[in-house]
Amino acid sequence: MSESKQPVAPDDEWREQYWKRNLRLMVGLLVVWFAASFGAGILFVERLNEIVIGDFPLGFWFAQQGSIYTFVVLILVYALRMDRLDEEFGVEERDAEGKRL
Amino acid sequence: MSAIQFWTTIFIVLSFSVYIYIAWRSRVKETAGFYVAGQGIPTVANGAAVAADWMSAASFISMAGLIAFLGYDGAIYLMGWTGGYVLLALLLAPYLRKWGKFTVPEFVGDRYSELVRTIAAGAAILISFTYVVGQMRGGGIVFSRFLNLPVAGGVAVAAAIIFTYAVLGGMKGITWTQVAQYTVLIVAYLIPAFAIAQTITGFPIPQISFGSVLAELNALSIEFGLDSYTQPFTARPQIDVFLVTMSLMIGTAGLPHVIIRFYTTKSVRGARYSAFWALLFIALLYSTAPAVGAFAKFNILDGVGGTAVTELPEWVDSWEATGLVIVNPEVETIESISNNPADEADLTVDNDILVLANPEIAGLPAPVVGLVAAGGMAAAMSTAAGLLLVISSSASHDFYFRRVKKGHASESEKLLVGRLAMAGAVVIAVIGGINPPAFVAQVVAFAFGLGAASFFPTLVLGIFWKRCNAKGAAAGMSVGLLFTATYMIWSLYISPGSTVFNISPEGIGTIGALVNFAVAIIVSKSTEPPPEDLMELVENMRSPAVARRGGAPAGPTVDQAPESELGGA
Repeated sequence: MSESKQPVAPDDEWREQYWKRNLRLMVGLLVVWFAASFGAGILFVERLNEIVIGDFPLGFWFAQQGSIYTFVVLILVYALRMDRLDEEFGVEERDAEGKRL
Repeated sequence: MSAIQFWTTIFIVLSFSVYIYIAWRSRVKETAGFYVAGQGIPTVANGAAVAADWMSAASFISMAGLIAFLGYDGAIYLMGWTGGYVLLALLLAPYLRKWGKFTVPEFVGDRYSELVRTIAAGAAILISFTYVVGQMRGGGIVFSRFLNLPVAGGVAVAAAIIFTYAVLGGMKGITWTQVAQYTVLIVAYLIPAFAIAQTITGFPIPQISFGSVLAELNALSIEFGLDSYTQPFTARPQIDVFLVTMSLMIGTAGLPHVIIRFYTTKSVRGARYSAFWALLFIALLYSTAPAVGAFAKFNILDGVGGTAVTELPEWVDSWEATGLVIVNPEVETIESISNNPADEADLTVDNDILVLANPEIAGLPAPVVGLVAAGGMAAAMSTAAGLLLVISSSASHDFYFRRVKKGHASESEKLLVGRLAMAGAVVIAVIGGINPPAFVAQVVAFAFGLGAASFFPTLVLGIFWKRCNAKGAAAGMSVGLLFTATYMIWSLYISPGSTVFNISPEGIGTIGALVNFAVAIIVSKSTEPPPEDLMELVENMRSPAVARRGGAPAGPTVDQAPESELGGA
């Protein structure tokens, strides 16, 4: 593997920083992931069903609609935030012309 | 030939011609040297291909019908098969893309050892195979209805077509075919859904309008001796709903035929956005399915319930030929409806026909019915082709080439072994498709349980815990897999219906995954850490570029990953 021949940056601290920021973002998004599906859709569904919004019992809505929409938004947020993080640490991928891949 | 048969034939022949044409064109390009793997496929197209690969007969044909009969509890499939993409996008896809080896056995072979690679190849075959059985059944139902065959004959026809297709189009250039298949299946799903929503509620967007039938549906369900539709935990206890949903999610994230697709993206960033597009395309169908289920249930209860047997609508008659709709010969009016023949209700409707029969039930014109049949076939075929490829590559590359021949086998020999494995899988899948152990969606759920218990923990630990070593991974994966498979076999065959703590065989994968995590961590901790250079490789996997772009933010320094290496395998 030629990767081991790559010069390692003199201070390895950025890697740790980058990884920490990445993990923090990830954990935050996973909390939302859990809350929308397992929380609102399963664990608290009966209590939320007492609230009816636009003909839908709320817990039922989260289980069959809301959680799906939440998932889509979560991945988009992750991709966008990681774009920014990569750029901030200068680890984004670019082709030979410097265009972002 | 009835109008429905005519239109079904037209749509199936038309759509198949398109797929074959695209597959043929991609192959021509490839031999001419124009096709380069991983380039020129836009992220959006890759997302659509993932969606087609992913959404199978279970999603298209079976799921809405299951939801119709499960009510709230159908949410296990809705959340389980979408939520997994969040895990895939956040925990696996970008890192595996960076590593550059994109079959699961390849990755674990590098990260851990050859032994782990062999176990993973075995698990990949087992999982893909269980999954293919579901596709055969789904495709079989389509042909059975529209060719007026018994289900067994339909399964045989579907298997023959899927096999031909997988051998023909089963090379690298199938991405664009899958984009076409996604288009066919989503159009075929949405058109009748919008039409039915418009007819029943006067508002065409099903996601919004199905709320207005829920109250009436609850009342009708109780009238016919069924559970209230929106009432949670009628089919499964809460703990089981939780575990099945989790098992489907983590199983999704570990499915070999889905992970392999993220290899075709240009970059790590592309892998993230591919996951987003894939889930967006999947969500189009998945947010519509609960509406389709609710409308179908409403139509059946409202249109058939209380009707005299002699006056039943036409669709009951035409589906009776398949044996999937049964009218109790001893009754005169329909007063009870069930999806389970054992209930001996006045009318028995199999879950798996609801989506296909829905346009007929709602009285939509024949071309729409034909379109839905083509959509169901697109869903079954795109997934089955992907799965057969995993089976054949695992058998020929990871087993035969690496283990049996220790790396000395000619290309043609490998190809032959791969094709034989594919043919063997198809034959056994036909038998399984004719006598399925459960409904299509449930069969698929077992595959996910096995995936959850084997791949997900091993992959996540491989990325997020540098200390995890080969012994830990091998032990975790085999114990997790064995535990899960044993419980499934016990609960299904040895002592049918028995469970521990109300955990169904579909939900056991979650526990299997926990067992895998625990065993892997304990064994890794008590054995020597992986070598230094391997840890450095894991460290490298964690950021998109190999080295950091030097200080100046504006200077677009080239720091590409070594593409030649990534393109290997």
